[in-house]
Amino acid sequence: MEQQDISTRHTSKKAKVRLAKRYAFERRFKMFGILAILISAAALMTLVYTIAVKVAGVFTENYIVLDVQYDEKIIDPSGERKTENFELSAFRKLVRTTLRENFSYVPGGRQAFPLYRLLSDAAILEVRKHIQANPELIGSTEKFPLLADDVTNLYLKGYYGTLEKLPSFGVAQPVGTSDTIEVFVQSNSLNVILQAKKDFMAKEIRRLNRQVRAQQRGIDEFNKRILAAETDQREQDIAKFKREVQTYTSRRDALQKEVSDLKLRIKALGGEAALNKDIASFFLKINGGMVKVNKISPDRIEGVVYRPLNSDAPAQEGQWELLVNSKPENDRKISDQQIAWIEKLKEQGKIKEIGNWRFLTANFSREAEQAGVWGAVAGSFWTMMITLLLAFPIGVTAAIYLEEFAPKNWFTNLIEVNINNLAAVPSIIFGLLGLAFVIGVMGVGRSTPLSGGIVLALMTLPTIIIAARAAIKAVPPSIREAALGIGASKNQAVFHHVLPLAMPGILTGTIIGMAQALGETAPLLMIGMNAFVVDTPTWFTDTATAMPVQIFLMADFPETAFQMKTSAAIIVLLLFLVVMNAVAIFLRQRFERKW
Amino acid sequence: MIGSVALTLLALTIASYFFARTRAVQSVGGKTGHLHSRPTYHGLYTFLWTGLISFGFLIVVNIASGLYIDYNIRTSLPEDIQGLPKIQQEQIVDQAKSIAKNKPVVGVAATDRAREVRDALAEQYATLSQVRYIGIAIIALLAFGFTFWVTYSQIDKDWRARNRSERLILYILLLCAVIAIMTTVGIVFALMGPTLKFFFDVSVLKFLFGTHWSPLSGVFEGKVDENTVGAIPLFAGTFMIAFIAMFVAVPIGLMAAIYLSDYAGSKIRSSAKPLLEILAGIPTVVYGFFAALTVAPFIRDHGDSWLYFLLFFFGPMLGIFLFRSVLRTFGLHSLSELFETIHLMKIASVASLAAYFALWFGYYEEVPSFGLSIASESALAAGVVMGIMIIPFISSLSDDIINAVPQSLRDGSYGVGATKAETITKVILPAALPGIVSAILLGFSRAVGETMIVVMAAGQGANLTWNPLEAMTTVTVQIVALITGDTEADTAAGPAFALGFTLFAITLAMNVIALRIVQKYRQKYD
Amino acid sequence: MDPELTELAERAQNEQNRPNGHIAKMTARKVDVFYGDKQALFAVDLDVSDRSVTSLIGPSGCGKSTFLRCLNRMNDVIDICRVDGTIKLQEDNIYEKTIDPVQLRARVGMVFQKPNPFPKSIFENVAYGPKIHGMATSKSELEDVVENSLIKAGLFNEVKDRLYEPGTGLSGGQQQRLCIARAIAVSPEVILMDEPCSALDPIATAKIEELIDELKENFCIVIVTHSMQQAARVSQKTAFFHLGKLVEEGETNQIFTNPVDQRTQDYITGRFG
Repeated sequence: MEQQDISTRHTSKKAKVRLAKRYAFERRFKMFGILAILISAAALMTLVYTIAVKVAGVFTENYIVLDVQYDEKIIDPSGERKTENFELSAFRKLVRTTLRENFSYVPGGRQAFPLYRLLSDAAILEVRKHIQANPELIGSTEKFPLLADDVTNLYLKGYYGTLEKLPSFGVAQPVGTSDTIEVFVQSNSLNVILQAKKDFMAKEIRRLNRQVRAQQRGIDEFNKRILAAETDQREQDIAKFKREVQTYTSRRDALQKEVSDLKLRIKALGGEAALNKDIASFFLKINGGMVKVNKISPDRIEGVVYRPLNSDAPAQEGQWELLVNSKPENDRKISDQQIAWIEKLKEQGKIKEIGNWRFLTANFSREAEQAGVWGAVAGSFWTMMITLLLAFPIGVTAAIYLEEFAPKNWFTNLIEVNINNLAAVPSIIFGLLGLAFVIGVMGVGRSTPLSGGIVLALMTLPTIIIAARAAIKAVPPSIREAALGIGASKNQAVFHHVLPLAMPGILTGTIIGMAQALGETAPLLMIGMNAFVVDTPTWFTDTATAMPVQIFLMADFPETAFQMKTSAAIIVLLLFLVVMNAVAIFLRQRFERKW
Repeated sequence: MIGSVALTLLALTIASYFFARTRAVQSVGGKTGHLHSRPTYHGLYTFLWTGLISFGFLIVVNIASGLYIDYNIRTSLPEDIQGLPKIQQEQIVDQAKSIAKNKPVVGVAATDRAREVRDALAEQYATLSQVRYIGIAIIALLAFGFTFWVTYSQIDKDWRARNRSERLILYILLLCAVIAIMTTVGIVFALMGPTLKFFFDVSVLKFLFGTHWSPLSGVFEGKVDENTVGAIPLFAGTFMIAFIAMFVAVPIGLMAAIYLSDYAGSKIRSSAKPLLEILAGIPTVVYGFFAALTVAPFIRDHGDSWLYFLLFFFGPMLGIFLFRSVLRTFGLHSLSELFETIHLMKIASVASLAAYFALWFGYYEEVPSFGLSIASESALAAGVVMGIMIIPFISSLSDDIINAVPQSLRDGSYGVGATKAETITKVILPAALPGIVSAILLGFSRAVGETMIVVMAAGQGANLTWNPLEAMTTVTVQIVALITGDTEADTAAGPAFALGFTLFAITLAMNVIALRIVQKYRQKYD
Repeated sequence: MDPELTELAERAQNEQNRPNGHIAKMTARKVDVFYGDKQALFAVDLDVSDRSVTSLIGPSGCGKSTFLRCLNRMNDVIDICRVDGTIKLQEDNIYEKTIDPVQLRARVGMVFQKPNPFPKSIFENVAYGPKIHGMATSKSELEDVVENSLIKAGLFNEVKDRLYEPGTGLSGGQQQRLCIARAIAVSPEVILMDEPCSALDPIATAKIEELIDELKENFCIVIVTHSMQQAARVSQKTAFFHLGKLVEEGETNQIFTNPVDQRTQDYITGRFG
């Protein structure tokens, strides 16, 4: 090495170029680190957002307040007032009769079912409960809030589109007042509907064209393969590819024909067009009635009467309205007919929206509007009680033994290795242990908080032991020496001095372990805590479910309303976890000492 | 019933504490200074012994008598009933027990004869239970009385109650510590029983290496068909999903740990660490909901076009990187340098992006895609969400391990003029490698044993494939399906526990190896 | 006249003015160091000569290590540390923005109190620096660099048969010489040693001291030491630090036989420290 080389070696141009490259790597590396954090944050945000956004639908619930006449002939034909004998079917009839009174034009039988479906089954139960409590009301009439069905509820909250007014000019002349009628309009107000139809068809054409292009790509691809096969003289492949080309071509041609048909129909739209359930629903409100638009031409509407008109007199400008729900009927659970009824109730002020306490106080139900979390909260409470009662004392004493008394030998070493391994055993295995041992051998009842608690205690034990050992270890030896030095026994030193000082740390670890147990689902599934539980558990040995298990069960229901309730239940569970962790953090900061 | 006995015993043992204490004081005529041990220790000694013995008897007798009654009931079934299939016998016994306990009866009796036997059994069971409770109460009370008499009569001024109770406490502490081992032993035995029973009917090899899984399709008289319990598709699904999870979690978790331990200022650290802790604290059922409702539909609808885009985005970079590595392995350094200096990577990336958009607007006229069909319960969706769940696990373990690398090594590296990134990649990571490997192993074992995410977002049907876009099922999903399904418990238990045992063995092996590595690693730097 | 020539002439003049005729390799002027609010060094002025050994002595916590770590900006690694004043490596102010700490540390190497070989092979330990600085373009060149460095560090004969075994398997003294070899391998201009022998036994210490004596022929060496004997044995110049201040500096002989300051006198006679 040349001596002169040394002083310039690290300042030469080449070194500088290299340095720039090294710094580029440095920046890139750091960027990856930031990226990793950002991805984690984004994942958390997305998770919280997708859950939180659904919770908005759960805060309130809707009631339909109707004048209910507690008809003795229906409720208690015998007149004996034996409240326990009141039949549910009688009250179903009562509620249905009440509904029909409000919509006298709805024919009975099967056709009235959509009307009945506006209400939840809970409404019937609640009327019965009310009358059973107050039988003296029989024979009188009273305003009673009837719980709306989840679909009704969601429509009222705007999840299935809302009715919006369209500009409507000129005079509208209805022909007929019920069933299918025609309305003539002397203005170009109806062009909006025609335009919507045209837009829909244009969209349809674009969609078909995309499919045509996809078929074309297939044709191109196989033509290429045919060429390649021809050069290699693979006869079999050529035949196969040619068949493929043929099928693609026929598909393409069929699609193209559809497109040209559609194009022709758009041109011909000046005359008349039928509306189907794939495009927005249009309504005409006229002479106190409501008409659903089925067919349209520039100056004429043909439609079904959903609410009968008072008369077929011409309606002046401003006395009739054109309305639209831009969500197509096929995309929502609620029919146009039902919307017409609900809107009527809304106009009459018979809809009442109140805070949804039911969600917090009710038990699980298969009907979304009735389902609540209280039973699961209670089940989780009892399960956690058992877990705490078992895991805390056993965990702490085991930690004390291992940290303070255990001699260093193969046996204690085995225990240590064991505890560390147990902490990493999949939770479902603990569930199987519970199923075979706790339920099978010990004979503890299936689906009870007692069996769940025992299983979760075994699962939480390693966490608590590890945390407790760390806390005990953190107490400096000088404390023990001080106690021993004034003649305390080893036990006294540990129980009177070390343990109180280690307690905050132990409690922190315990709470964190309990929080883990509270969110655990799989072992509880194994021991049957996924049972459908109607009653709130009031003791360790009642059949029960737990919060996370109920979330799992609720998540299985496809209804929108159920998904909202699942999200809300998740928020409730997360709130419990947040509170527990907050307490743990508080304990750590308030009481933990640095020695 | 048992509860009231237990409460009585509890009250008695607490009372015995006070009796013993009083007796100790009286034995020296109130001059407690003459006692070897303070009165409370005499109380404690009696309390501990009476509690231990009486509750021990209570539990043991309770379990034993329960088992005996079960045995008794089963053997006392009449001949003709014992000839019936096992399922029907079980049903009769279960119904009889429910009747005896005044609980709602599940199902109805199949025949009049069955009803007759059932009602007789119920009566027998009720009588036996009555006898059992009285017996338990008497035995437990006798045990209490005897222990109390012995310990109470020992109280004396020279009686070393403190030393003795301390020794007793020590044994109680030891017992609690041993519970950890008992749990492991319990797991092994609990899993072993049904598993062994299962392997009497089914060959182990057919279970471990068979490729057809539908255990309940060939059930005949409570026995499964050994050709339908090949668990390979389940292992394939489990490992596929776990690998996808690790593919997500390891780079992100590791880079996050590196960034937090070596780059981030205290401000960022104090906000990023809680973020990871929150991710770690979210229950798996919530991740499952997220996977099933958000991620899986998204991947089903948009995964195809995203894969297309990613191929165009990363493909050229990866290609050039590999090409250069190949050049370098053949010693053509100057050639690889050349490619580096002309910014081939940047040019290729821009070109491929341009090609992507050209395809988009020119040929496809919509977001380009392969035209793949993605299952709505794809392994990819479950794997990605599981990966998110494991990120904090990997990052917190790696963080500990990276922090355990002594500062002197960092100093040594900075001292010769290395940049931070060079120090991390060339000194710290190699030094921390064993620890990181064990963190990855632990994470992997967690992914393999994870249940709720896959139960909610992965497939139910066994599917042996290499394609992560198809639905695959896992070991845990099948255990849950078997146990919570409506099949008869005894039939479903066989395959379920065999799967559980396999899962336990796999995860245990990984955990033991990982923990051993960590232990060695800790010793190295402590 | 040619400005470059003028500069050279001036430099020669300066050199003559120096007591032993050496060129000042590094010059520190008014260096203050703060850890957070606490000031650790107060206006230190010190010159370090090329091809000689300068030792920094003083009682524990006097700031000598802090000063040493300023010379190659190792203090940058500590978040709360702030350095004021100027330190020049030849003509470059090393705390200027244009100077890169990474490049600087390649020019000013460092050996630490406790031997800290990387958990890699002996070869990889020494090759680490040259590799990251791109100082060798081929494998044979790299092998040459490693061999030369090991020879210079007096370690080659002891380890030539086990170059690919872990460096952590060597004895303490060997490890420290390995660390010196690692520092030399990047051919720095200055080598800083922070109590390099404090963790070693007397025999290993003697070997290192011998090595330092050889290395000063090629490098500028600054050594922090606790042992006054060591300072007297290996260094040509000595600086005495006390309570964050540079009390006295000068020829080693003069400091140890005829100190000017009373505090120096007290320290070397063992009254405190």
